[in-house]
Amino acid sequence: MSIYQEIILEHYKNPHNFGTIKDPTKKTSVSNPLCGDEIEMEIVFKKNKVSEIMFKGQGCAISQASASILTDFASGKSKDDLKKLDKNFMTKLLGIELGPNRIKCALLPLEALHKLI
Amino acid sequence: MDLKSHKADFPIFKNLPGLVYLDSTATSLKPRFTTDKLMEYYTQYSANVFRGVYKISEKATEEYEETRKVVAEFINAKRIEEVIFTRSTTESLNLVAYSMGRKIINEGDEVVTSVMEHHSNFVTWQQLALENGATFKVIDVTDEGYLNLGLDSGQVIIPLGTGMTLNLDNIITKKTKILALTYLSNVLGTINPLKEIIQAAKKINPKLIVVIDAAQAIPHMKVDVQDLGADFLSFSSHKMLGPTGVGVLWGKYELLDEMFPFNYGGEMIQEVYIDKTIFKHPPHKFEAGTPHIAGVIALKEAVRYLERIGMDKIRQHEKEMVDYTLKKFQITFGKKIRVLGPKEVKDRGGIVSFTFGNYHAHDIAQILDEENICIRAGHHCAMPLHQRLGISASARASFYLYNSFEDVDKLVRGLKKVENTLK
Ligand SMILES: Cc1ncc(COP(=O)(O)O)c(C=O)c1O
Repeated sequence: MSIYQEIILEHYKNPHNFGTIKDPTKKTSVSNPLCGDEIEMEIVFKKNKVSEIMFKGQGCAISQASASILTDFASGKSKDDLKKLDKNFMTKLLGIELGPNRIKCALLPLEALHKLI
Repeated sequence: MDLKSHKADFPIFKNLPGLVYLDSTATSLKPRFTTDKLMEYYTQYSANVFRGVYKISEKATEEYEETRKVVAEFINAKRIEEVIFTRSTTESLNLVAYSMGRKIINEGDEVVTSVMEHHSNFVTWQQLALENGATFKVIDVTDEGYLNLGLDSGQVIIPLGTGMTLNLDNIITKKTKILALTYLSNVLGTINPLKEIIQAAKKINPKLIVVIDAAQAIPHMKVDVQDLGADFLSFSSHKMLGPTGVGVLWGKYELLDEMFPFNYGGEMIQEVYIDKTIFKHPPHKFEAGTPHIAGVIALKEAVRYLERIGMDKIRQHEKEMVDYTLKKFQITFGKKIRVLGPKEVKDRGGIVSFTFGNYHAHDIAQILDEENICIRAGHHCAMPLHQRLGISASARASFYLYNSFEDVDKLVRGLKKVENTLK
């Protein structure tokens, strides 16, 4: 099965939550120098829950789609919920099988999110 | 070139009939002559070398030393003893840095390399300089992908084989102890005019040690170490149809003889006493421990195969492949594909690195893999070069004697799929 499923391509071409927030509670950036993927992520917490989350970045389709899908998921969730997210969760969320090399692309946005909580 | 019959020599195409292998720069495929010879050693005389007085050990030793002779002739070494077996190009380069670099580099000296180097010929010298308080100088490349040797005219392209004299006053000084350069860039494909460079550099400083990374040159073109005028030259068996795990270091005998050993242990000693050790002379001085016997033995079958086909024929074939690819890319994708490196086919080896629109190299490689097309994506162990070119990654297709125009056609079709998927 191709990893370039409709849903991945949709998010890659028209990413959700793409941009910046005026007064974020926190912001961070992560990168993978090996392949040049970069993600900047900003977040606003209200009562320990994500009230706003945005990202900007560049890189491969998987890293960018993953950021779009993950930020969708994270909206409204509590810090405790988000702390639990791991590799298995991301694989399920994206619905694709990724090899050892490309899984790093998918996990980059999660790394950013974890730095924010 | 009789491609069909060559392709039949590579069993992998029988096992994977649809395979389009465009990553020979990373490692080459193996002809049956190589794999048969590996099996021959393991099934017929799998004894250690230099140790046994029994027949199969003598046979193994003879086969092992025969490869040294075949390799020495292949690169036109003056003496067979100048050929040292290592693990890889990487180890060969590190050996020179360790055994020669440590001996000659002092504070204030200069070590020079270029920005187009593979990390193995870059980090090695950078660290040697850092550890010893030497200056690390890096020759830039021009936007066209040639070494920027600062010619007066502002025109810095040095066409191959013109025999023109270079002025390297801005690069090499009396303090330069080591100049380490690649023969053929594994990203740009550029073939550097080494003979001219070495002549000019040694004119400025006759004591200069010149170390050549020939990992991409030896498998694809005729190399004559005496004609080149270098002091050391490194390459890997696995990129020239031979087994993995074997590398070659060629060095001038007098230099090899005077430098430090590399690893200490068995096989490299003549006599050991409680208070001192007398080492063997080259090459055995540098081959401590049990080597990759099967790998070394089988390497000669790869070399013989290359010689049967002819290095000039291989070079010619790859030129045609690159020419065809550049034209196809231009016709099909226009400016959307940016090919790195020289425009002139004669100045480059069988390597075409490129960026494609704003598609990420990993996506390109992954979608091509769905079509059984293997290319490389990333920085190809040349991060400084990619930084210099202002890109984080590139895609790379590279050719060898088993590739055909049909492979290029499939690559182009694959790239159209990439475009359709990601646009
Ligand atoms: C130009 C160049 N130098 C050095 C190397 C390192 O070779 P090895 O990995 O066999 O040590 C490579 C291989 O990728 C190369 O292309």
